[in-house]
Amino acid sequence: METILEITLRSIAISGTATLLSALWGTPIGILLGLKKFRGRFAMKGLFNALLGLPTVTLGLLLYLLLSKAGPLGFLHLLYTPLAISIGQSILITPIMVSFVTNSIESIESEVKDLAKTLGASETQASLAVLGEAKRGFLLAVTASFSRAIAELGIALMLGRNLVGKTRVLTTFIALTTDTGDFVPAIALGVILLMIVSAVSLTVNFLQRRDSWGRV
Amino acid sequence: MGSSIEVKRITKQYGDITALDDVSLKVDRGEIFTIIGPNGSGKTTMLRIMAGIEEPTSGDVYFNGVRVDKDSSSEVRAKSTMVFQRTALFNTTVQKNIAYGLKLRGCSKKQIEDRVKDTLRTVRLEGYEKRWAKKLSGGEQQRVSLARALALDTELLLLDEPTANLDPKNVSIIEETISWVNRERGTTVVMATHNMFQAETLTHRAALLLGGRIMQVGTTREIFGAPSKDLASFARLENVFSGNSTALEEGTSVIDIGNDLYIEAPIKQTGKVTLFVRPEDIILSAKPLTSSARNMFRGKVAGISDSGSLVRLRVDAGKEFVVQITKRSFIEMGLNLGSEVYLVFKASSVHVV
Repeated sequence: METILEITLRSIAISGTATLLSALWGTPIGILLGLKKFRGRFAMKGLFNALLGLPTVTLGLLLYLLLSKAGPLGFLHLLYTPLAISIGQSILITPIMVSFVTNSIESIESEVKDLAKTLGASETQASLAVLGEAKRGFLLAVTASFSRAIAELGIALMLGRNLVGKTRVLTTFIALTTDTGDFVPAIALGVILLMIVSAVSLTVNFLQRRDSWGRV
Repeated sequence: MGSSIEVKRITKQYGDITALDDVSLKVDRGEIFTIIGPNGSGKTTMLRIMAGIEEPTSGDVYFNGVRVDKDSSSEVRAKSTMVFQRTALFNTTVQKNIAYGLKLRGCSKKQIEDRVKDTLRTVRLEGYEKRWAKKLSGGEQQRVSLARALALDTELLLLDEPTANLDPKNVSIIEETISWVNRERGTTVVMATHNMFQAETLTHRAALLLGGRIMQVGTTREIFGAPSKDLASFARLENVFSGNSTALEEGTSVIDIGNDLYIEAPIKQTGKVTLFVRPEDIILSAKPLTSSARNMFRGKVAGISDSGSLVRLRVDAGKEFVVQITKRSFIEMGLNLGSEVYLVFKASSVHVV
């Protein structure tokens, strides 16, 4: 029987990987949308905003069909692996990552750019100053994304199937043991999950308070 | 004396709104030039265009006599800097805020440290290097912004309402610093303000901007000595009275402002007029004065407000007058609420608009 610690650590590892992956592509997209004024920018922003509410089961189903033996990506043999869950969650949280980064840049962009330029910065240097000032926004994006990933059930269940010692994570364990009437471990893991998520959002709150730009 | 910054026939439109309408202005090297006008008159837009962070819809900007274009704008930005009305600080320490522009200019670590120390002393924030800039009070933040601008030792310093919403202590430190940098370093200063008093005491020349148009340009003496209707229309003028004027044979007029008060003014005009007397032009006396001044009224002190070295009094003489005297006079005269005083001012201090 695997321990509670193992399940917790596995959850953190899987969702942590998902967060890293989404940061990998979400941050550049967010920076691009925040800093550059190009055609189709509003359409793209709208798309990512719309995808913020993506249902986990819909995404889970879609990926299941892609990754299943008969599916186009079946040859990768990813279904029911931790990596499959990570990939699924990373797609789920990409809109969060992008929107947070874009918004944190947009909210300060013109003010910081003007300031940097009056102090002698070139266009590029001014953009770098904006990114420097927005770094708390990146941190917010990462923490919010991680919270969403670790707390979701649909993808973990459909792509991981709660395999003992392999893909069992906090949410799938809670859902499935409650089904069997074994409440005590479910409650324990529920509390742990709650603690992880609260710790993360407390950090977010703390950072948001310190992130105010301009006159306090 | 050559021109430092000059704008020729600048128009700036934001959609349907015309912020600046065919404005031309020339600021001489080494002067303190004020743009006065009410909120929304285009002052900030004017400064932003001068700073090179806003492009005019039409018209040209000249810096040291050379037209500024895309290629030269970064060079101009290196020689000028701007302090914003809404204090803008990087979210870091005071030291790093001030160091930013110096780093861009390739200064060494030692140079930066020295310069930061010097400028902090100038704005009287010694030892604030390690403090978190945004945790300071509003006035201190504005002084850090000013220090950050001074550290660059630019030829041109643009200030957008540098003392708006600050308390008297911060205001006087900032005003002293502005006049110091102009006097000691010869820095050309262009300042936007809606504070007439500041414009008058601090600056050499001024332009009156109303609704995106220049209404008047001249020395402060020219503009404030004989305030035009334009100026009076926006400036919060005190001691404004209206009444019927009767021309006297001596070439002056007496204006009946009501409540048995008659003010003698240096005009020859009959009919309804509006006039004002500036608070600092009124002499306050404990006893009736025998003097050449044509106007004297008895009243009682009805309000006292302290603003640093100056005291403003409201005196009820049938009509309420605002009088400004120095704190020393105030203390020496031992004035209190209800004290009986005489208001004395010359006919020539009465401005008819």
